[in-house]
Amino acid sequence: MDAVSEPARGESFVLEPRALQALLDAIVAEGYQIRGPLVRDHAVCLDEVTRVEQLPVGWTDEQEGGHYRLTRRGGSALFGCGVGQDSWKRLLHRPLALLWSAERDDGGLALSEPHEEPARFAFFGVRPCDLAAINIQDGILAAGRYPDPFYRARRQGLLTVVANCTSAGGTCFCASMGTGPRAESGFDLALTELWPDTANHALLVETGSDAGTRLLAAVPRRPAGDPERREADEATRRAVEQMGRRLDTSDIHGMLMGNLEHPRWAEVARRCLACGNCTLVCPTCFCTNFEDGGDLELRHAERTRRWDSCFTLGFTRLHGGPVRRKIRSRYRQWMTHKLATWFDQFGTSGCVGCGRCITWCPVGIDLTEESAAIRASDGRSGR
Amino acid sequence: MPGKKRLAVWKLASCDGCQLSLLDLEDELLRIAGAFEIAYFVEASSATAEGPYDLSLVEGSIATAHQAARIREIRRESRLLVPIGACATAGGIQALRNFRDFGPFATAVYPRPEQLDALETSTPVAAHVPIDFELRGCPINKRQALEVLSALLAGRTPKGGSHSVCIECKLRGTVCVMVARQLPCMGPVTHAGCGALCPAYGRGCYGCYGPMETPNTGSWSGWWQQRGMDEPDLRDVFRTFNAWAEAFREESERHGS
Ligand code: SF4
Ligand code: SF4
Ligand code: SF4
Ligand code: SF4
Repeated sequence: MDAVSEPARGESFVLEPRALQALLDAIVAEGYQIRGPLVRDHAVCLDEVTRVEQLPVGWTDEQEGGHYRLTRRGGSALFGCGVGQDSWKRLLHRPLALLWSAERDDGGLALSEPHEEPARFAFFGVRPCDLAAINIQDGILAAGRYPDPFYRARRQGLLTVVANCTSAGGTCFCASMGTGPRAESGFDLALTELWPDTANHALLVETGSDAGTRLLAAVPRRPAGDPERREADEATRRAVEQMGRRLDTSDIHGMLMGNLEHPRWAEVARRCLACGNCTLVCPTCFCTNFEDGGDLELRHAERTRRWDSCFTLGFTRLHGGPVRRKIRSRYRQWMTHKLATWFDQFGTSGCVGCGRCITWCPVGIDLTEESAAIRASDGRSGR
Repeated sequence: MPGKKRLAVWKLASCDGCQLSLLDLEDELLRIAGAFEIAYFVEASSATAEGPYDLSLVEGSIATAHQAARIREIRRESRLLVPIGACATAGGIQALRNFRDFGPFATAVYPRPEQLDALETSTPVAAHVPIDFELRGCPINKRQALEVLSALLAGRTPKGGSHSVCIECKLRGTVCVMVARQLPCMGPVTHAGCGALCPAYGRGCYGCYGPMETPNTGSWSGWWQQRGMDEPDLRDVFRTFNAWAEAFREESERHGS
């Protein structure tokens, strides 16, 4: 397995697992800060990764509504865990950001905007659903007439190394949403783990950009052959079969928007805590609120932006109070935005099927189940 | 510039912990003294000045007839009245007596209970007089106290919402202990303000900030009931520092007397 000739974009290669370190080193040598999955606080978290051993090697996770458990299964699998609580959103669309500050002295008022250093992140081990989510947030936060400079500064130099899913989690339904378990495009490199726990353990690498292709030059590799491609297809198929959840998306916009008075909304509101966890773990939810602060001397003032959720009362507070007082209307806002009105607003679904909102809802509320329940007793006339 | 705003800090039935949190603002105390005239704060200084006051912070619940009269005087003397801490905002841990007959407690604890001048109940400030804002917590978060003082001077709304602790927990990036470790965390039904301190140290939230804006305590209990929490435990988790806050009181009463 040696680098025989320069790799070309669009080609696929096979790496031995230990060659992955050479890939990480090459990414660092290009000046990127790598962020990837590692085990911390009983979960897979996203943080700085520079060594292969930091990855959740030999771990697996169990995910159900309101339930997440990491377990050691041993063996050599590098990517045996699905997505954790955190998504890449935390790094691109930060939870807290200072927007501007002002200082007053006797002469007057001086305003300043924070200077956002462009970051050079390499996201390593991005799952296909999460790649789709980054794409969706790009369309909202980085495009259009008023792009978000904070998001843009962090997004611009981003390198993405995808880890395709060869097994699916208990709350996953990317296959229903058309976002996974295998990424087709939009990455710099995409890895598919083959035959873990055997002597043939290897990684299929697909190149998706010039930047990604260049990185492979210094990485021991060989061209991919039919057995590897076939196994990657097989592994993808197995992941689809295993998928813990599914969502029927046929006419979902009409189905939900035609059932705004369905009794199920009141039923789910009896269980929903309005805690907001589902929106904050969702990799596409982007809503924020603004807060003003200042010092005792009235010399310093500042405005900050922080993540908010359509589950809080503050989210719709106008003169006279909040608009969505009942939990019923807040849950309905969340689900119809994710699955229906997002199409009107941004041209896609707001859900990529990552399952986080199901796993990390403290009481296990499941939007696939809620949607199915409404569909099962569709209240539109003539049905 | 007009004269400095006059600040008063009062103590009713309480442990002094919230006032200590104020004094713990070590680096800012001089700045607070520069921005306000500290007219009444016995825990900090024995020099006291007469009202009226621009801002009164009140620690403690109303547990005696004397305190009930006192809070009315304080209200009359104060432009803005802000109860601070679980005692002042919910009746405190001492409100546990509200669930029982007071007489036997008094006899059990005091050799001469007839000397006591205590009300049957411990109640929050807002049960007696109108309030302008409140700071939750047992004890309060000193950063929040500073924020209220700064906001008052600037004439703006203090930061922070009445949503769940979970929002702060996610802002901070803590892995959810309820989901990942099956710990009974009260964060989803509890008012934000502490910065989600307990989950960050691997424990469930104890609910010391009291009920959040729309607490669905029934759903929370139902979840834990299905996971084996028994009735006395369910009653007791809601019966701590904020036992007398309406949503927690009602939930605890659903699980026992
Ligand atoms: S709605 Fe739920 S499943 Fe869909 S992308 Fe958001 S967190 Fe993932
Ligand atoms: S679901 Fe709620 S929090 Fe998420 S993007 Fe829509 S309105 Fe915002
Ligand atoms: S659906 Fe679950 S996570 Fe979302 S607000 Fe309701 S209880 Fe919280
Ligand atoms: S640990 Fe507690 S406060 Fe934090 S998100 Fe989970 S339930 Fe909410």
